[in-house]
Amino acid sequence: MNETVKKTVTAAKILGLFSLLGLGLVALTFNQTKEKISQNERDALLKSLRAVVSSSLYNNDIANDKIQVTGLNPGAARETTIYRARDNGEPVAAVITALAPDGYNGNISLLVGILADGTLSGVRVVSHKETPGLGDSIETDRSNWILSFDGKSLAGLTDKQWAVKRDGGVFDQFTGATITPRAVVKSVKNALLYFQQHKVEIFSNTEPAEE
Amino acid sequence: MFSEYSKIIKDGLWRNNQAFVALLGLCPLLAVSNTVVNSLGLGLATTATLVCSSTIVSLIRTIVPSEVRLPVFVLVIACVVTMIELAMNAWFYGLYKILGIFIPLIVTNCTIIGRAEAFASKQSTDKAFLDGLFMGLGFTFALVLLGSMREIIGSGTLLAKAELMFGPAAQSWQINVIDDYSGMLLAILPPGAFIGLGFLIALKNVLDSKVKQRKPAIEQIPVQVVPEQ
Repeated sequence: MNETVKKTVTAAKILGLFSLLGLGLVALTFNQTKEKISQNERDALLKSLRAVVSSSLYNNDIANDKIQVTGLNPGAARETTIYRARDNGEPVAAVITALAPDGYNGNISLLVGILADGTLSGVRVVSHKETPGLGDSIETDRSNWILSFDGKSLAGLTDKQWAVKRDGGVFDQFTGATITPRAVVKSVKNALLYFQQHKVEIFSNTEPAEE
Repeated sequence: MFSEYSKIIKDGLWRNNQAFVALLGLCPLLAVSNTVVNSLGLGLATTATLVCSSTIVSLIRTIVPSEVRLPVFVLVIACVVTMIELAMNAWFYGLYKILGIFIPLIVTNCTIIGRAEAFASKQSTDKAFLDGLFMGLGFTFALVLLGSMREIIGSGTLLAKAELMFGPAAQSWQINVIDDYSGMLLAILPPGAFIGLGFLIALKNVLDSKVKQRKPAIEQIPVQVVPEQ
């Protein structure tokens, strides 16, 4: 074997050795943190679910009692997850992971909690890319605006009232930002309409849906 | 011996500050420096990466053939960052959520491969460790400075959401620098980061030139030109 080949083979061996070592270390870390990470994600999910549906209302494992539906969020996401809250098996509320596709800057992802009678128990923004200082008033950290949905329902307001004030509705817009609240209002209304039309299906299978 | 170490420290923190002088790692610097807590989080994660990668690179510098040194360095850095990312996801979940993509993007911070190649691969392990630590702290310092500037001007607060990093006890750490402040959007948005960084670099240059002006005046006294005879 000549010098060049020898050198190349050594270099390749060392590179391979380091790849294996690196792989091992990353795998080890992954294993060590796996449980803690999924626990964190679960806690975060439960915390946000509790924000839209009070945990005193239900006694089931809401984070795992979910179904995937199609046709709710047009375009952006084909599948939407709906979490179901039950008290001793009786349907109490559904939490729809709605998506407002027409925000000022990309999708606004929401949690819409709807009680079995069709009243909103709470709405929260999960993530958004709206302009800081203008559109971000939809966050509870910034303003109480999102709480104005509490207790609202399709029955309580006319179709026209389900809009921001500028469009003749009952929901405030923000100074300098109408597109963001308009998108959120529309998305919440869509979720309510979907709930109204599919209520039976949403609560139908009592067993947690297969992943 | 001591002066060599103090040179490494001074270089990292000031003279060769990776953000202010080398202008490296600008992408995370500009993107996450909108609050002090975000800045500190990313700065410390970068520092941890630098310390680990520089130390490892220095330890393996004699066994890695020069032909494959860069792929090996990249591999080392990528592993370190992945492990730090996992660790942050596990123990600083809130902060991890906010910093998001910028944690894995530490891999692409030129500072890290730059220090590995330019310094750690040629120096003893203790010096490489020190260099990594102080280059990282210098970068953190720049980030936190820019972050506090943007947070004060942009939202009128300091240390908002400190609990993400320091636990629930830090919830009350937020300082309202300016009461009832409506905020200045420009400072929070990316242009504010560019403008702020520009001002900070200008400030550093002014300070440096002031120091330079003073130095010759002191040094000139003992230097006497002796005419040749």
